[in-house]
Amino acid sequence: MKPATWPRDTPLSERLLRVDPTGGRWTHHVVGDLPDLLRPGDLVIANDAATIPASLFGSTTVGERLEVRLATTSDESTWQAVLFGEGDWHTRTEDRAAPPPVVPGDTLQLGDGLDATIVAVDARSPRLVTLRFSLEGAALWTALHRYGRPVQYAYVRDWLATWHVQTAFASRPWAVEMPSAGRPITASLLASLRRSGVAIARLTHAAGLSSTGDPAIDHVLPFPERYEIPRETASALARARAEGKRIVAVGTTVVRALEGCASEHAGEVVPGRGTTDLHIGEGFVPRVVDGLLTGLHEEGTSHRGLLHAFASEPLLAGAWADAEARGYLAHEFGDHALVLRAA
Amino acid sequence: MDVGDRAALVTGASRGLGEQIARKLAARGARVALVARHEDELARVVDAIRSAGGVAHGIVADVGEKRAPHAIAAAAAALVGDVDLLVHNASTLGHVPLRPLLETDCEALEEALEINVVGPLRLTKLLAGPMVLRGRGLVVHVTSDASVAAYPGWGAYGASKAALDHMGRILGAELEGTGVRVVSVDPGEMRTRMHADAIPDADPATLLDPAVVADRILRLVGNVEELATGARVEASAYAAGSS
Repeated sequence: MKPATWPRDTPLSERLLRVDPTGGRWTHHVVGDLPDLLRPGDLVIANDAATIPASLFGSTTVGERLEVRLATTSDESTWQAVLFGEGDWHTRTEDRAAPPPVVPGDTLQLGDGLDATIVAVDARSPRLVTLRFSLEGAALWTALHRYGRPVQYAYVRDWLATWHVQTAFASRPWAVEMPSAGRPITASLLASLRRSGVAIARLTHAAGLSSTGDPAIDHVLPFPERYEIPRETASALARARAEGKRIVAVGTTVVRALEGCASEHAGEVVPGRGTTDLHIGEGFVPRVVDGLLTGLHEEGTSHRGLLHAFASEPLLAGAWADAEARGYLAHEFGDHALVLRAA
Repeated sequence: MDVGDRAALVTGASRGLGEQIARKLAARGARVALVARHEDELARVVDAIRSAGGVAHGIVADVGEKRAPHAIAAAAAALVGDVDLLVHNASTLGHVPLRPLLETDCEALEEALEINVVGPLRLTKLLAGPMVLRGRGLVVHVTSDASVAAYPGWGAYGASKAALDHMGRILGAELEGTGVRVVSVDPGEMRTRMHADAIPDADPATLLDPAVVADRILRLVGNVEELATGARVEASAYAAGSS
């Protein structure tokens, strides 16, 4: 399937492949049809994490160029990060040059007034480091927006800016890659879903790096990702589940947060913060989520692997092949699928 | 809206009305992100709020700068949490001293529109979307009677505030039923630097203390559910003792 190489600006007319795992069927729609495809009482849960401009270009104190991609944080000034050598997204990550070796105490210059000190180098890969920024609070956030860019994708035709990757409802900057399934959902679509009786709730999940091109790091992805489930979302979920309503996740990050939370609390979704490194794939039996809205990702990716928990590979393969023949576009800026049982 | 334990963002918060709104929101338990251009003035207000036991973070930014709103929205949400109350208070007069429109540089009008209309919309676009997802929130436009009355010399400012008012009405109509409200409030004439820039020889005794006006605006926020969405109101209607 060909990727969409640039964000489009009419999300409601982007295509939507509706896959029904119970009936083993699929049908073709557009995103604007969602209010008709969902039923009153269905509970749709979106990830409201904003995407951080997590890719920073800079140099070591001796002038060697490198890229830093922020991965996870403990206190917002200290980050686990992945280093890349010279070059940028025009080169596939797996073909990128190795970064210059760094040791704890080294300083990276990432912008005017924005330095980062290497605190530790991970035993699993010399490219996986812990660093501490020279700034904190509002000064750090403003500097990250001045000097950072969102993590770029090799298939996109130009540099992406922050505004290309934010969902319409992005709030706290927790994600280091965009929770892209929410991209077509505009504020107007949220309102029309509610008007048609669909319940909407949210959580925040720190969507992590999807791949780094370093087998030693990719092997352990995703890193444990933090999430927060608001009390009102936990209540809405409990109500919907008690009434047998369908729970629809907007994207794999929402599935990971909800199922990760349930796996640690005997099947219950409890409000509050947590972290999860739950791997979801074939054989995983979802306890909370009935289906999801997702982008179209290729076989072999972790996104696609997660869908196996909801639909069989032959069904997905058949639906994807038909969608491809009809000109659907793949990946973060592409078209969409709703994988959800009909009954 | 009960502001206690909510996150709020106030622009133009380093002095005048913005400072007073931020201080009073924090005193009532809101976590406040204050936006202003000048770091030192902003730090003074943030420190004062913190000394009084409030939660405040200063974000140094220019709301008229195209790229600023993304950094402002991210910093605010990171530091004070999901913003439920957005107060667009920052604005510019255009030329100081004021000039008739025929002598106004069009660039000064563009700047007034950029800071007083386009910048607020950029920030609203970023913060009202998540409000719609949460099903609650309030956007306050601080306007002026210059948006309604035709005062000679107030062309750039008055036209920009009239645009802001109407943008508020339309946003209100578009957000009807979402739980997100928009209100424009005319504070009245206050003893502020902006007023002194515009009318240097005004008698201070005839001008309102911005702290008094901030109290009125907080009263408005507390009772905003009574208003039609997109409404334009005068802060004087919320004076102490008025009903």
